[in-house]
Amino acid sequence: MREVAVVAFAQTRHSAVDEGRSEPEMILGPLEEVRRATGLRRFGFTCSGSCDYLAGAPFSFVSALDALGAWPPISESHVEMDAAWALYEAWARLQHGDVDSALVYGFGKSSQGDLREIMTLQLDPYYLAPLGLDQVSLAALQASAVAADRAELDEIVRRSRAAGRANPHALDLPDPEGEEFEVAPLRPYDIAPITDGAAAVVLAAGDLARELCERPAWIKGVAHRIEPHYPGMRDLARSASAAEAARAAGAGKGRPDVAELHAQFSHEEIVLRRALDIPAATAVNPSGGPLAANPVMATGLIRIGEAARHVMEGRAGRAVAHAAGGPCLQHNLVAVLEGGR
Amino acid sequence: MIQRTRHVLEFPGGYTRTTGPVIGRFLTELRDRRLVGVRTATGRTLVPPLEYDPDTGDAVTGEFVEVGPAGTVESWSWAGSPRAGHPLDRPFAWALIRLDGADTSLLHAVDAGDVRAMRPSLRVRPRWRAERTGHVTDIECFVPEVTAMTAPVRVEYTVTPGLALARFLSGIARGVFLGSRCGTCGKVYVPYRLSCPECGVAVTEEVELPDTGTVTTFAINNLPDPRAPEVPFVSAYVLLDGADIPMIVLIGGIPAHEVREGMRVRAVWAPESGRGPSMDSVRWFAPTGEPDEEV
Repeated sequence: MREVAVVAFAQTRHSAVDEGRSEPEMILGPLEEVRRATGLRRFGFTCSGSCDYLAGAPFSFVSALDALGAWPPISESHVEMDAAWALYEAWARLQHGDVDSALVYGFGKSSQGDLREIMTLQLDPYYLAPLGLDQVSLAALQASAVAADRAELDEIVRRSRAAGRANPHALDLPDPEGEEFEVAPLRPYDIAPITDGAAAVVLAAGDLARELCERPAWIKGVAHRIEPHYPGMRDLARSASAAEAARAAGAGKGRPDVAELHAQFSHEEIVLRRALDIPAATAVNPSGGPLAANPVMATGLIRIGEAARHVMEGRAGRAVAHAAGGPCLQHNLVAVLEGGR
Repeated sequence: MIQRTRHVLEFPGGYTRTTGPVIGRFLTELRDRRLVGVRTATGRTLVPPLEYDPDTGDAVTGEFVEVGPAGTVESWSWAGSPRAGHPLDRPFAWALIRLDGADTSLLHAVDAGDVRAMRPSLRVRPRWRAERTGHVTDIECFVPEVTAMTAPVRVEYTVTPGLALARFLSGIARGVFLGSRCGTCGKVYVPYRLSCPECGVAVTEEVELPDTGTVTTFAINNLPDPRAPEVPFVSAYVLLDGADIPMIVLIGGIPAHEVREGMRVRAVWAPESGRGPSMDSVRWFAPTGEPDEEV
């Protein structure tokens, strides 16, 4: 495998409300920041992740290219998935050996519609979508299967929100309180907040990575696995695909100092900790994680960026990042990042 | 000032999708009020049927088997505030239902009425829509199997109080508690009675008792009762002065949590015009304000 590292990461100051910026306007800031950090204006490959249904417009990701300056023509691709999978595609592209740098970005404005119902559109159209199953109802089914202790869930939210308040990019959310249910057993605060935001990452291979960054965050392993879409065909209490992705990425080969997990509901952190076998001493979601800021389609990429930042800034020798897609953690990606020249 | 405008994404009339033979078979059977699963090469029955075995990736066999219609709830979440797109407009459960004969679970709504009706291993059956089109919503929802029913009971009687109680109530009508003293053991009973339950002999001596007494024990009642003015109310045993047996009465004129054993009380009578041979003539017993007695 060719050595590939994260050499730059930037994200917006995420917002709980529509601040009036279009998607290309939102992505401009992080793009400019990673260009400045690396000194690169052109990249061997560019890949983005977004969801047209968030804006309700076909090919809405194409307009985001306006933020890039894609002329003369660039080598570009897009995934209709969280941008963590755009990073995976860019990492695979760099394995070809003919290009050495890649720009990855993701963005989402979930304030524009009703995210719970927009997410219904990702479901199988024969058996699930016609029932009007929304994202929170599905997550509540998984929470029920996990049968987690309420005090443990509350502590996950309290810790995540406190970390989010200390993170200038995340939202300022109060300590959780209230006894009411959104969809039982989930309370409103168990659910990641509606967030607008964007993020960008630069990947570089080998010597270019060493040249661009004092402490590159080397991708020691990255893998993704998926399981059946239909929830009734799975054991919702565990995530077999996250465990298999972690094994394939070599997550268990060393103790991570930091783990950034794409848990959009408090119980998902419990499922993922078990699946990834995260040691108790590892700091989980020191950024606050998705429960403190969830710019959909960038949230997974931000997990990789935040984990890489800990390595690049010398605060972690080894970090694990996780991204998820699909209902009830159907699809999981795990990346292992390490320091060193 | 940010300009905002409404934007609707819609496929008028809906998006037409072909079903393929496997899903099509399931939906066709559904239209005929039957639930079927499909067999995999390894012998499992997938419900709802998929074209490929999720375990192996192999195409499923062409064998369809009828399952259900009853099934068992494996896990559920409770939608307490249904949304516009939800299948029911009242609180309901989303549930994974293992239909009888299936090896996987069907996700659907359960109209259970109340979250307390939901439990693991709850047995449910489909409620079919009258007009079916071959759609997963041909099942309106699932409903719990019948495990209980109500049996109405009502019979009417004409009753008399008996001689002793009639005598006691005649005293109540004029504002007096009547008791009787046993000629053998000397105990004074109230309400008035014709025999001593301890000695088993007829008693003949009638005594008039004062309407004051002492609370010996009490209970705070949180369920409404037509005889009590409000909830919570206190029912108490009151030993009338001079009696040997306490009488059960309501306590009033004091917050429930302040009632105590040993408290001195006096009957609060209904106004004379409203009095008759009924315990309604005694509204309740209220504190006299005297020091408590040892009981």
